[in-house]
Amino acid sequence: MRIYALAVYLFLYIPIGIIALFSFNAGRHAAQLTGFSVQWYAKALENPFVIGALKTSFTVALVSAVLATLCGTMAAVALQGVRGRARTIYDAALYMAVMVPGIVIGIATLIALVTVFDALNPMLARLFGPGAPQLALGKGSLIAAHGMFTMALVVVIVRARLQGMDRALLEASADLGAPPMRTFLQVTLPQIAPAVLAGFLLAFTFSFDDFIIAFFVAGSETTLPIYVFSSIRRGVTPEINAIGTMVLMASLLILIAAQLILRRRAR
Amino acid sequence: MRPSLRTTLFLAPATAWLLCMLVLPLMVVIVFSFGERGAAGGYVPALTFENYGNLGARWAAFKNTLVLAPLGTVTCLVIAWPLAYFLAIKADPRWRTLLLILVIVPFWTSILIRSYAWIQILGGNGLPRIIGELGLGRPRLINTPFAVMVGIVYGYLPLMVFPIYVALEKLDRRLLEASSDLGSPPWRTFLQVTLPLSLAGVATGSMLVFILLMGEFLIPQILGGGKVFFVGNALVDLFLQSRNWPFGAAVAATLVIVMLVTVTLYLKAMKRLSGGRDDVALM
Repeated sequence: MRIYALAVYLFLYIPIGIIALFSFNAGRHAAQLTGFSVQWYAKALENPFVIGALKTSFTVALVSAVLATLCGTMAAVALQGVRGRARTIYDAALYMAVMVPGIVIGIATLIALVTVFDALNPMLARLFGPGAPQLALGKGSLIAAHGMFTMALVVVIVRARLQGMDRALLEASADLGAPPMRTFLQVTLPQIAPAVLAGFLLAFTFSFDDFIIAFFVAGSETTLPIYVFSSIRRGVTPEINAIGTMVLMASLLILIAAQLILRRRAR
Repeated sequence: MRPSLRTTLFLAPATAWLLCMLVLPLMVVIVFSFGERGAAGGYVPALTFENYGNLGARWAAFKNTLVLAPLGTVTCLVIAWPLAYFLAIKADPRWRTLLLILVIVPFWTSILIRSYAWIQILGGNGLPRIIGELGLGRPRLINTPFAVMVGIVYGYLPLMVFPIYVALEKLDRRLLEASSDLGSPPWRTFLQVTLPLSLAGVATGSMLVFILLMGEFLIPQILGGGKVFFVGNALVDLFLQSRNWPFGAAVAATLVIVMLVTVTLYLKAMKRLSGGRDDVALM
């Protein structure tokens, strides 16, 4: 049993180890280990395309995660007061948001936004003349599409935490004369804080790592996963390994932190 | 009950977001799926069922998906179950949380980079060369259905382990003791107690993996090299290369319908299994 578990863990982590191993390879070819070197990290970090893509990914992930956490937490709290039909519809929408495959979300967002933009842009041009701002796919659409999914995720996580909360605390606070806002800030918020933080971290890593939605809605922007995808098409290089190692290590650390936060406080 | 003003205000941003970025786009897909293709690609309004009638043109993609997605789901299940069992029943409780986290976490990291790792392992200079040096010939592994299956299991195993673990962890140990006290041999306890009580987790895990596999694009693209074609790959082709939006929309709508049918069947099965409880856990 133990050996079996060990084998599965090796299966899960050896490929990650291999990416890391070959990122320190001195040689140009990804086939043979020829010595230790960090040159591919230096190369990756000097590559303006990598830096540009990294900046785009980071901005999109940060903004979408902040907005998703904010709106998602508010919605989770508010949903406690919603019952009946409205609640069923809302739950169905959240369920769809989480379960519809990313590729369908990407496609649907692409054609909806392009159609809306095509309708609005001539109007903008008429209103503001030749220098009018034109709507186009880019960081905005990335943030909106990633945030929609991650917001649903935040609602699910925070709501689970709210349901596990002791209602007596809320009643005690109200009985002691605290207005609802004060109860929320001093009782509810500290209780759900770990779930909110974990939700934020998950939202951030999802957006940062997402390829498939971004592939459709990024427009002319290049996120880091899009850059990596197009590099892989051109072939395996140690530079991709270096980028991959950095991205994997960063997300592994963030995710383990998120999981620990969620699990420790849940006890 | 009418929601209070505060509730409405708190819900407003999330509602607007879901309406603009989920409901509207999905409705556009449905509308487009009944439209006609423009001369230069794109969409011309119409009301035709032709796109749905043409689904057969992409039959290969549907066939591959409908063969490999269930196969991948079952393979994940067979590998995941014993691990979930180990984590829930046999593992040292002090290490349990960490071990569980180590299983879940890879799922949330970049599937792109994790699939890339398998290009290196299964590619000509990886495993095939090692096998070749052992004198067993040089099998071609990359760009085969086998490589896609490996990628699928690698990518989705965590998603299968977690729900089964949750189901097994909730299992009342006294049932196991009762069964053995009453003289059942271990295999019988396993077949009649442990296995049936894990079925809710098995159903959840299988549904999650199956749904995500239906829309999979990256793994067949990267490890199948365009030779193993899923519905997801057909969609990317239809929207980004041949720009046949209405037909693509029909394929996407069909995918969502298959998914919804799966979920409905799942929920029905779950009701029977767990007496109305519904524990879909993604984390």
